[in-house]
Amino acid sequence: MTIPTSSVEQVIPGQGAMAQPEDRKPAKAKRRRFRFVSNAKAATGLIIIGIYLLFAIIGPWIAPYDPDAQSEELVQPPSAAHWFGTTHLGQDVLSQILVGTRGVMVVGLTAGVVATILSVVVGVTAGYLGGGWDDSLSALSNVFLVIPALPLIIIVASSVSAGSLIVALVIGLTSWSWGARVLRAQTLSLRRRDYVEAARATGETTWRLIFFEILPNLTAIIASGFVGTVIFAVTAEITLAFIGIGGISNWNWGEVLFWAQSQQALAQGAWWWFIPAGLAIAFLGTALSLVNFGIDEFVSPRLRSAGKTKIKTASGHTVRMRVGFTPVLANTAEPHTHATTTPVVRKVGPS
Amino acid sequence: MSNEPVLEIRNLNVDYGLGDVGVQAVRDVNLTLHRGEVLGLAGESGSGKSTLAYGLTRLLPPPGVITGGQVIYHPEDGKPYDVLGLTDRELRAFRWAETAIVFQGAMNSLNPVHKVSTQLNDVLEAHEPTMSARDRDARCREMLKLVGISGDRMDAYPHQLSGGMRQRVMIGMALILQPQVVIMDEPTTALDVVMQRQILGQIIELRERLGFSVIFITHDLSLLVEFSNRIAIMYGGRIVEEAPASTLYRDSLHPYSAGLLGSFPALRGPRRELSGIPGSPPDLKGMPSGCSFHPRCPKAFDPCADNIPVLGRPDAPDGATRSVACWLHPVKEPVG
Repeated sequence: MTIPTSSVEQVIPGQGAMAQPEDRKPAKAKRRRFRFVSNAKAATGLIIIGIYLLFAIIGPWIAPYDPDAQSEELVQPPSAAHWFGTTHLGQDVLSQILVGTRGVMVVGLTAGVVATILSVVVGVTAGYLGGGWDDSLSALSNVFLVIPALPLIIIVASSVSAGSLIVALVIGLTSWSWGARVLRAQTLSLRRRDYVEAARATGETTWRLIFFEILPNLTAIIASGFVGTVIFAVTAEITLAFIGIGGISNWNWGEVLFWAQSQQALAQGAWWWFIPAGLAIAFLGTALSLVNFGIDEFVSPRLRSAGKTKIKTASGHTVRMRVGFTPVLANTAEPHTHATTTPVVRKVGPS
Repeated sequence: MSNEPVLEIRNLNVDYGLGDVGVQAVRDVNLTLHRGEVLGLAGESGSGKSTLAYGLTRLLPPPGVITGGQVIYHPEDGKPYDVLGLTDRELRAFRWAETAIVFQGAMNSLNPVHKVSTQLNDVLEAHEPTMSARDRDARCREMLKLVGISGDRMDAYPHQLSGGMRQRVMIGMALILQPQVVIMDEPTTALDVVMQRQILGQIIELRERLGFSVIFITHDLSLLVEFSNRIAIMYGGRIVEEAPASTLYRDSLHPYSAGLLGSFPALRGPRRELSGIPGSPPDLKGMPSGCSFHPRCPKAFDPCADNIPVLGRPDAPDGATRSVACWLHPVKEPVG
């Protein structure tokens, strides 16, 4: 049944033409590009990660020495020739770290991508489809949840002459279950929300419901799961190398730490041997966490629309906008209207 | 009811967002709440009535900011002070002890996993930490009885109470520290008409016993006419008319008030056609020039499109008790 438009017109005469003046254009909020990057946390994190990625690509070419090449200068402190000093065999620490970046980044990102894809597929499917799917997929993720990842990786890595890709896959395949459980729980809560029911009522397909109604609401969880897995994978790989498992041929930061530890760098006072590698790990973790914070703020439209969140108040303090304490920008009883237009108070007299 | 003010709002301005992208949701609002009175705040959706109420208690979530004005609170004893000038710590102590809020959905305001008694107790624990557990318990019980719920419901969980009872619990919680001002944001919207009437009757009765003042926000003008002492009509973030309830009902001056009043039927009297208001509420991002109501106003004339009318006392016999912002009614003296 269609309602003839004329009947609407009768009830609300002049709707449209009369309702709003035609000539004005609403002050359109400027759509800012690179909004994500304008977030200071995200920008810092992205810059650091960008530098790491750059070194991962060009590291082996710009390394001043072959990381395996031995020289006469044993355990030398940092100098112009060796910026990060040398090891007990006279190898250049800077070259080892530069060459090692690639392995760390490949393992971290591959494992992160594998685990994230698995956790989204399993978690969202289990949460959304429910029933038998939910039971079996939940059981599967429970099993993977109790598999101790690191011992398994140690076994796999020491039995197969594993390249870093194998290590990355093992880490990815064992660390998705936590994310899957969180995503399943959130999907269960989302699928009964009114807007999902409304979308279903309008006849949207299951796939559209999942990809357009549910997944955007999971972005923050997926992103934090990815970042968490990357950090876990990097530390796992470095741990493996540190305890002496993993290819000696592949340099990575754990390898540097392994040699530093076994040659008692600390007792020798050779701080340049382990501090650069340690800082490289710490900065990577920091950068990933910063990106995670940035994503959290970015995906929530409520936090995003505000743009600036810090603001100077009437009392002279700079405060963060937060719920429950609305900032007061000006605290005078002066009306605002008089400042812009000057309304005339008409004198009333006998007429 | 006295003529002594308890809350004075002076040129309050509230924006959503900062600078150019900001939307002015409340503009230059002047309003005085007197001791023991029920002040109704009515208007269409988006007219700024809730923003005004949350703005004056500084409860607006980001990106809401107060860009100007004062909210002077007059305590029962002591000097009046500006709520907007309080520090965070002072504001925390001020809330609930001096002003309380009853929110729209009682079903969402009560935590489903805590007993009613626990939630009532929380207020006392936060604001009166020296009170003994037994006194607190007795006070909660008394409060529930006051709003018509028997004391044995103390240990009930929110889901065990009906919607009306939950709203009563919320009202009891608002009154537990005996605040001077209670802000009610459409407290009966989710209830059926029978329960609405009961709850409103109860609020009136409690007000007579405890002597607090009420700011009552609703879009149901017929409810306000019957129940409040004074009514303020908001449109496009401004107060366009403010008058005693009966005066407003009998002869409203602003065409917008007339439109609102003409959109619900009277129980008695001659039959008349329900008129409604043509058009839709203004877009706060691009307000019409001059009086924001002029594009929809049936009585618009020359000055309306260019000049913003100020709220002031009209040149009428009962002009001293009311104010209006309309070029049809020349203003003798502006308010605020």
